[in-house]
Amino acid sequence: MSTETSLLASELETALPTTLFRFATAGSVDDGKSTLVGRLLHDSKAILADQLDAVARTSADRGFGGAGATGTQAIDLALLTDGLRAEREQGITIDVAYRYFATDRRSFILADCPGHVQYTKNTVTGASTADAVVVLIDARKGVLEQTRRHLSVLQLLRVAHVIVAVNKIDLVDFSESVFREIQADVQQVARELGIGSAELGTADHIDDLLVIPVSALEGDNVVDRSERTPWYDGPALLEVLETLPAADEIDTQLESFRFPVQLVIRPQGALAPDAVAAGLDVEAYRDYRAYAGQITEGSVKVGDKVSVLTPGQAPRTTTVTGIDFAGESLQEAFAPQSVAIRLAEEFDVARGDTIAAAGTVRDSSADLYAALCWLSPKPLREGAKVLVKHGTRTVQALVRNVSGKLDLASFKLEAASSLELNDIGHAQLRLAAPLPLENYLHHRRTGAFLVIDPLDGNTLAAGLVKDHPGDHEDERYSI
Amino acid sequence: MSTFLTEETTRVTDAAVSTRLSSLDALESEAIHIIREVVAEFEKPALLFSGGKDSVVMLHLATKAFWPGKVPFPVLHVDTGHNFPEVIDFRDRTVERLGLKLVVGSVQEFIDRGELAERADGTRNPLQTVPLLDAIQQNKFDAVFGGGRRDEDKARAKERILSLRDEFGQWDPRNQRPELWNLYNGRHTVGQHVRAFPISNWTELDIWRYIERENIELPGLYYAHDREVFARDGMWRAVGEVSQPLPHEEVIIKTVRYRTVGDMSCTGAVESAAATVSDVVIEVAASTITERGATRADDRISEAAMEDRKKDGYF
Ligand SMILES: Nc1nc2c(ncn2[C@@H]2O[C@H](COP(=O)(O)OP(=O)(O)O)[C@@H](O)[C@H]2O)c(=O)[nH]1
Ligand SMILES: [Mg+2]
Repeated sequence: MSTETSLLASELETALPTTLFRFATAGSVDDGKSTLVGRLLHDSKAILADQLDAVARTSADRGFGGAGATGTQAIDLALLTDGLRAEREQGITIDVAYRYFATDRRSFILADCPGHVQYTKNTVTGASTADAVVVLIDARKGVLEQTRRHLSVLQLLRVAHVIVAVNKIDLVDFSESVFREIQADVQQVARELGIGSAELGTADHIDDLLVIPVSALEGDNVVDRSERTPWYDGPALLEVLETLPAADEIDTQLESFRFPVQLVIRPQGALAPDAVAAGLDVEAYRDYRAYAGQITEGSVKVGDKVSVLTPGQAPRTTTVTGIDFAGESLQEAFAPQSVAIRLAEEFDVARGDTIAAAGTVRDSSADLYAALCWLSPKPLREGAKVLVKHGTRTVQALVRNVSGKLDLASFKLEAASSLELNDIGHAQLRLAAPLPLENYLHHRRTGAFLVIDPLDGNTLAAGLVKDHPGDHEDERYSI
Repeated sequence: MSTFLTEETTRVTDAAVSTRLSSLDALESEAIHIIREVVAEFEKPALLFSGGKDSVVMLHLATKAFWPGKVPFPVLHVDTGHNFPEVIDFRDRTVERLGLKLVVGSVQEFIDRGELAERADGTRNPLQTVPLLDAIQQNKFDAVFGGGRRDEDKARAKERILSLRDEFGQWDPRNQRPELWNLYNGRHTVGQHVRAFPISNWTELDIWRYIERENIELPGLYYAHDREVFARDGMWRAVGEVSQPLPHEEVIIKTVRYRTVGDMSCTGAVESAAATVSDVVIEVAASTITERGATRADDRISEAAMEDRKKDGYF
């Protein structure tokens, strides 16, 4: 390799983005979500020439931008993400599109979500893994019912950061008063919902909800701050996305170490031939036994005391003797690493068990109190039999009762005995076998579950574990 | 409000920097988690292995997921019969090295039996669907790992990590299951199967940086080499048994490399002097066109070429 290339290589090395950040869009249909995503991709140079050509051709075929339009004005940026034929034909987003771009600081995974009520399940999909969600509001329309629905879903999922973009600010002549009015409205909604500090998930830091005036179409305050909104002194959207802490940067404490066991690695002589060829000591690995999984929370060190939770049994305490990853022995590992853990005792540990920091978990329970985001056209009825998938375990469950559903106008729980598509509600389920349930507010992964239809296997709902009603629960967490 | 945001940001990132995974480590961990979930929840998975870079990375991830044990599933190659010989050689060596079982679905055999017809344009990539579904049925595979990435194509950008296929192998893009958190729902009924895409979230550049970091061997044609080529459809086509120049197409020797490896009759080479993996990383980072746009005649047919093929059961 020439000196020139190696110089380039080292420059590239230091310039390469080091961490991953996932964000999603939300907001009502036509608020400009896909256009915003197209704008971010375009301005961060993530769109390559052949993709841009293809989009420019389709835009021209449809007369986008009108005669004489040039540059990005002539391109329907939404076509960069509306990748299905039906989406291009109808000019709407039906399902989440995942797109990727990188700046010097970060690699972004971006989920462009649909706005239609009927596709809310796809928005929930996009938001469930997001570190941040950008909620768009059309400056001409203000806060709509769908804005309220999406904000309540984000609150339910406790998305770490919610950013509101008041879009199409060009269409209201960059008016400060229009912006301020919407800003006040949306902050009021957030306050009612208890959307607050990214970090704490409490109502204490309501001001933290960032509201930005943008024009997705023309680029104002998307990548760079705009001169056309001199009355706005906050950051542009991309600046915010580059600096917000990702969800797994927020809490990585030893106390909350959690590790659902995916499978047991026990080769019993069937060792990988390439590892053996590379000099693996066959004798030493004859009785190898380790528990494979992904750390969902916290960190673990060799020598740590841990509890093994097998549903229906008392927790068993032991010590971590090794943390392996593909031939490397680690001293410490943390979320979200995938590793294999060895334990001191020869316990019978299997898929579905959880390894956790000793003494930090309560007993498994067969009574499940939950908030549900109902995602199926088949309604939930009391007495229904469903499946609950929690961590690495799936059990049968009986819906004992539905105790209420969220009214979008008042954000209060109202009485209900069933949940329909897109409803958020509370229910009580009786599980056929106990699970190590934890409150979603404190444990995002071990507090989440799926409700599955036992007949066709479809996912019916996103479930979030709540404390038993008897336990004192914070009033602020009404949903 | 912005002051608050900045203060908080600095504080949290300072504390977290030392424990945060790099983006490549995070992607690797996500992929391994998915591979293990599928192995734990399905009866009979298989991995699509063509010798192309994405499938090589997939296999590498599988070896890491089950170390020091063997990769616990067979690999499946849908052979177009239009192969680069060095790729088939690489495939066989890899399978041997890892002690895997290789299942081959052959497009040629279907053509010979009259169950598939050669296309007018001669390309066989779209013909892979039938032998693929046949191999899945014959072997009763209930999950098939693919190396598809969402950055490859607009239709792929829409696909879930676990993607349900019906009895006919069809994908229904308008009716996908919500995929929440990292809880993957692979439930299916008899006759249905699931395609699993553990490297969905990787970009072409991530793949190359990973190949560099992990020192993963690839077929030689991914690196710059001299080759007899001729120009067609704005791409350099290799001269080979199934890829012959027409009388007016002049054959010249160029220094080229491949960005994707598929049917030799429709996969183009790019002019490149990138002879090592670090050269390729630099080249990909600076590239202004996508790998499919650069090298796949079949994806240039229409904006929805990939979506249509996927609906019919393609990878
Ligand atoms: N004038 C103006 N039009 C916009 C802006 N953002 C989006 N649009 C237009 O609004 C329409 C809907 O945009 P789209 O991105 O598809 O909305 P989505 O349904 O939220 O994804 C399209 O015609 C866009 O061109 C903006 O900032 N200013
Ligand atoms: Mg859209």
